Amino acid sequence: MNPSSTPTTAALSAHGIIAGYAGVNVLHEVSMEVAAGEMLAIVGPNGSGKSTLLRVLAGTMRPWRGRVELEGAPLDSFDRRALARRIASVSQENTVAFCFTVMEIVLMGRAPHLGAFRFEGRRDLEIAEAALDRFDLLPLARRHIEELSGGERKRVFLARALTQEPRVMLLDEPTAFLDLKHVVGIFTRLRELASSRGMAVVATLHDLNAAAAYADRVMLLKDGRVVGCGAPAEVLTERNLRSVYETEIYVGTNPITGKIAILPAHDPALR
Amino acid sequence: MNEMSNQADRGALLGAYLTPARMASVLLALLVILVISMLIAAEFGTARISLVRAVTDPKSSDHAIFFAARLPRLMMAMVVGAMLATVGAALQALVRNPLAEGGILGISGGGALGAIVALVFLSRIGGSETTIVPLVAFGAALLSTVAVYRLAEVDGQLEPFTLLLVGVIFNAFWGAAIMVVNSVVNFYYAHSILFWLMGSLEAPTWQEVELVAALGLAGFAVLAWHARDMNLLSLGDEAAAELGVEVDRLRRLIFIATSVMIGAVVSVSGIIAFVGLIVPHMLRLAFGSDHRLLLPASLIGGAVFMVIADLIARVAISPAEIPVGAITALFGGPFFVYMLRREGGRPLGL
Repeated sequence: MNPSSTPTTAALSAHGIIAGYAGVNVLHEVSMEVAAGEMLAIVGPNGSGKSTLLRVLAGTMRPWRGRVELEGAPLDSFDRRALARRIASVSQENTVAFCFTVMEIVLMGRAPHLGAFRFEGRRDLEIAEAALDRFDLLPLARRHIEELSGGERKRVFLARALTQEPRVMLLDEPTAFLDLKHVVGIFTRLRELASSRGMAVVATLHDLNAAAAYADRVMLLKDGRVVGCGAPAEVLTERNLRSVYETEIYVGTNPITGKIAILPAHDPALR
Repeated sequence: MNEMSNQADRGALLGAYLTPARMASVLLALLVILVISMLIAAEFGTARISLVRAVTDPKSSDHAIFFAARLPRLMMAMVVGAMLATVGAALQALVRNPLAEGGILGISGGGALGAIVALVFLSRIGGSETTIVPLVAFGAALLSTVAVYRLAEVDGQLEPFTLLLVGVIFNAFWGAAIMVVNSVVNFYYAHSILFWLMGSLEAPTWQEVELVAALGLAGFAVLAWHARDMNLLSLGDEAAAELGVEVDRLRRLIFIATSVMIGAVVSVSGIIAFVGLIVPHMLRLAFGSDHRLLLPASLIGGAVFMVIADLIARVAISPAEIPVGAITALFGGPFFVYMLRREGGRPLGL
């Protein structure tokens, strides 16, 4: 074999994952991997198993069969705290009971690095401050989380995840319900972080255009099976999308960025 | 330039999170308030005494009243209040709901029933009541806690309204059971039914004070050690797990520690409700929600609250006495309604 094609160890990989809830099988033999510095988008219709896959990758849900490896070591070989120092997750819903300030929430990302009662040290504070700064949150540091808008809250939780100093970030719909400005801002920052820190980013996305514009690779799921995985232009084809979403879809080119652009092609007036 | 913006950032972060200095100053201030309220509460009662004479003149009646009656009672008020408030704060963290509290959720009721049943049996067969009664009360409180938690869980989610309804049902049920046991069994030295249902700090012995304080401190140590994990729990079970918390283990620890504390408290003071609701809520409003401060602040704040409530119970209609649980409920009822209305906009803080 060609020695130059020898794969370097993936940051996170899953092999033959079968998983589900209460006897209902959601994922069928799903395999994937993401490299350090890479941004992988998981797309697919509702109920295709995107969030379940993220749970399995995060280690909060045990697969029935198959295995997940973090930098070549089985996920089971890490305890929860060790895992939290390497993998950070941001879920779709971010509810907080009780009134915490933005800074308090972001500092929670240091918890896996600190002992039970130890206060955050200088370095912890600097890391949190840099994460706040990265997401333009410094002016909001003292505000209470419940006073913030949806976009601001999402940034707070991304900053908290960043404060964990993870090797892998798992994001469930990081830009759902956000306006375009926030979508662009968040993806730009995530891309920067992936390349500057060699962080692997895995994000589930409904927005196919965002996946096409920002992800290095796209994984297309349908009914818990992988339909395709690779460069956006190779996976997000009219043929694939038509079969997965069961509707007419047009794939063109964004004249400004040169990336592919996806539009629904079903015209109700024509019927 | 860089230096300047750095300084501005530091300003933005000032007071945005808990520092050791802030924690120390808050706890110190609360301690001062506790000492002052203890001094006031020591002077007043059915008989007004002089603290100075009580300490300096061992032959005075002031000395006798102070050391035999008033001091143990003050200590008991302090310990009971401290435990009720920290248990409240911990249960609220557990169920992610500021309206949770041992009395409201019916856990204290379960513990009290356990204590009564233990007393009845011991009066028949004989045995050391000071250790066995709190032990049985602990078991009953633990069963109640787990039952309330499991019943309020719908599809893995704790529904706030279901939780409160389950509490209402448990309270009614345990209350009725206590009535029945008390009516059927005519035990000679038993506390009155009012003691169990309304709570009272009348005539504690030093031995009781010591036992409850020891159990309380042990429970508090376990809770305080997991204060940071409780902060993470506010983000939800899954998010807490993703931040390194062993959620099931933490939940079991909180179940056990709070049940030990509730068991100890109810076996000496009956059901005293609302302290665990009012005190943590006020402290959160004043000092924020970080449990590293909230738990020790509740310990001291609960003691202050109870010492004052007990003072009112003793002097309001002196020489007669109001059960201290009636005082806390008179304050707590309207307070609960206020919190319910306030939290009404969002689903009860969830």
